[in-house]
Amino acid sequence: MNTENRVNLSRRKFLVSTAVTGAGLSLGLSLPQALADTHADEVNAWVVVHPDDTVVIRIARSEMGQGTLTGLAQLAAEELQCNWDKVTWEYPTPGENLKRQRVWGSFGTGGSRGIRESHQYVREGGAAARMMLIEAAANEWGVPADECMARDSVITHKPTGKTTTFGKVATAASKLVPPDEVPLKDPKDWTLIGQPVKRLDTADKLTGKQIYGSDINLPGMVNAAIKQSPVHGGKLKSYDADKVKNMRGVKAVVRVDDNAVAVVADTWWRAKTALDALPVEWDAGESGKVNQSDIAAAVEEGLTADDAFVGNKAGDVKAGLAGAAKTVSATYSYPYLNHATMEPMNATAKWTEDSCEVWCPTQNGEAALAAASEAAGLPLEQCDVHKQLLGGGFGRRGAPDYVRQAVLIAKQMPGTPVKLLWTREEDMLHGLYHPITMARIEGGLDEDGNLTALHLRISGQSILAGLMPQALQDGMDPVQFQALAPSGDHAISYKIPNLLVDHAMRNSHITPGFWRGVNVNQNAIYMECFIDELAHEAGVDPLEFRRRLMKDNAKGWAVLKAAADGAGWGTPAPEGIHRGLATCFAFGSAVAACAEVSVDENGRLKMHRIVAATDPGYAVNPQQIEAQVEGSFVYGLSALLHGECTVKDGVIEQDNFHTYPSMRINEMPEVETIVMPSGGAWGGVGEPTIAVAAPAVLNAIFAATGNRVRTVPLKNRNLRQA
Amino acid sequence: MARLNINGKDVELEFDEGTPLLWVLREQAGLTGAKYGCGIAQCGACTVHIDGNPVRSCIYPADAVQAGQKITTIEGLSENGDHPVQQAWAELDVPQCGYCQTGMIMAAAALLAKNAAPTDDDIDSGITNICRCGTLQRVRRGIHRAAELAKEA
Repeated sequence: MNTENRVNLSRRKFLVSTAVTGAGLSLGLSLPQALADTHADEVNAWVVVHPDDTVVIRIARSEMGQGTLTGLAQLAAEELQCNWDKVTWEYPTPGENLKRQRVWGSFGTGGSRGIRESHQYVREGGAAARMMLIEAAANEWGVPADECMARDSVITHKPTGKTTTFGKVATAASKLVPPDEVPLKDPKDWTLIGQPVKRLDTADKLTGKQIYGSDINLPGMVNAAIKQSPVHGGKLKSYDADKVKNMRGVKAVVRVDDNAVAVVADTWWRAKTALDALPVEWDAGESGKVNQSDIAAAVEEGLTADDAFVGNKAGDVKAGLAGAAKTVSATYSYPYLNHATMEPMNATAKWTEDSCEVWCPTQNGEAALAAASEAAGLPLEQCDVHKQLLGGGFGRRGAPDYVRQAVLIAKQMPGTPVKLLWTREEDMLHGLYHPITMARIEGGLDEDGNLTALHLRISGQSILAGLMPQALQDGMDPVQFQALAPSGDHAISYKIPNLLVDHAMRNSHITPGFWRGVNVNQNAIYMECFIDELAHEAGVDPLEFRRRLMKDNAKGWAVLKAAADGAGWGTPAPEGIHRGLATCFAFGSAVAACAEVSVDENGRLKMHRIVAATDPGYAVNPQQIEAQVEGSFVYGLSALLHGECTVKDGVIEQDNFHTYPSMRINEMPEVETIVMPSGGAWGGVGEPTIAVAAPAVLNAIFAATGNRVRTVPLKNRNLRQA
Repeated sequence: MARLNINGKDVELEFDEGTPLLWVLREQAGLTGAKYGCGIAQCGACTVHIDGNPVRSCIYPADAVQAGQKITTIEGLSENGDHPVQQAWAELDVPQCGYCQTGMIMAAAALLAKNAAPTDDDIDSGITNICRCGTLQRVRRGIHRAAELAKEA
């Protein structure tokens, strides 16, 4: 990490100097307009200061609701010592990043990495800019820079009390050589990091002014609606364009790759209406014969198969189980899920013989640029992507499939901007699905009720195998073991003397993807519900049972204890209300939840309250962390209550919110969030807590009913019936 | 050609028979605040008011709007973005991605127009919009806060 940071820093220094000295020559011509306008005031790649003291902080990661742009701006502004009230932001484009030798680092926004993996260089960007602004003021005054300080965008010469502002010296600062060493503040001196400041991107979201990708409107733009082979991997056989080409507004009917057809019209509604009327034939191929029962059978077979990748191992689990005073076993399952972002997939593209521009919501601007370039048949340098705020991402928009399609359509209409918008139905049928898995778990208890051996066999689909097989490690998908790994950002919470966690990979034709919380969603259910089963079998309180396994995990224990205490664990709950616990360590953060539920005589669930706790190390913006905890619970509990995608004749059966419901406000429990930063680390925020909601609720359901629910979702189930 | 009253102005718009109001607003009137989420009146991202009543415009044919009926979109909810719901939303930082929020705000504003002090149960039955980011808890608080702000005003 440190080495990498040093490399980043020195590379940036080189580039910033190049950019500053050669600005007019090498960069001015090719800059996108938004950046070109501000380039004169650019102190460095991260910070632009206008003469009126407005500070523009450049944000490379994508904002999709998770608040990362505000958090990252706080990091830069903390070191910059600027007036937060005058901070605004802008996205550099991926093309600009490429031209400037990736001065902004990664644009990838997934895996709760926004702050987790860029906190160092973003703070350094702010600190270096502050040093340059101070130096410019000192030069102007003819005093040593170390006699000056900056606060709230005002630079003061301490001995004389002379002051100036960032805006007045920004142009001079931009001509200076960036500092060699950029020391950062001691966390105890932070005044902005850790503060619950308001988001920077709210105002336009309240008035309809905010433009999302699907709202883009360019001069001369036409609109496209698309149909892809309903069976993943199937092909487009034929279509009869003559039947629709005379419909009002229709401009073209075009083939897109070998698996899709699009109608282009003046308005999207007309494009969609014509597409609905277009006769299309598909070649489903072998995958068209696959049904849910086939996939389920393959996954179930893996529960006892010999072939399995080992993700975590300690002691001798066989001997441990054989020597146990009591053994317990159970089988759990977790279904396919769709991301169902509120805004369906979309991209707008304009192609000419020597350029290609794309406007789109994406979690990975550089991947979108690469996809655009490949589809356009043009070098990267002749393409660019203008990122739009996302109407939800949750992992779905890390893949640029819809960008490729938009460019392929636009390429058939040179010079005309084309906006491609998927219907909700396309979005539901062509997701990147949370993978299906099952788990068979066997645990051994000693005579005192301690867990001495645990074998957790996961069987099912691998995300990496389906999405990026080059990332497999000797065939193994390490992501499969999130929150169950021996160490690192996904270390297992418990010390179990004899342990085996392994994975039998069983893939299908359904394309998997990273779905908020990824594999922690089911791994936390498998582990935390089974731990609850073991505690019950051992006759030990579930909190105490966990405490015995967390003696080496003080951070995790503190978080679990805080959630339990916050909910009043160990004290009587109100009449009819029952509690359940869950904890895990994921994406570098320790998280826990204590759920309070009731189940009525008809077996209907009501979730009353969930107390959540999280220790992400440093908590950059506590009120946004609370928002992420609340929001992640809605996402995770929507899945627990209703979420399931199934396959019939190779096709996903759930095609809209009536068959794939999302939780509504009447189902929402009160969420109380305890943010308890212990410092020393930069853990993720957007994803970790999602995974503890479902198992905490499932354990509370057991406390209420005596029934174990090992298959989700809960929809249509009478929880009073075993 | 049809005449619609949108946000207090009469406008002449051309659209095909049966075109949902949402797409007339977005593609003919240039008002993109109402969003397309599902097309089947499930999610509420397209919510606008017709004579003050919340309507899921994605399934509401524009030609079903009667002469004299007034359509209000998020763009016309308040002059300066200062409707009590908008103020409360800003105060509590309600939106995350924000895509569903224009519909959510229109649904909340319609609820409050009929019920100045809704209870939690009223909110449970009155707000059925979907938010995948999961702002529901702040939406509930925001509605209560907006009720307070409206009372103070």
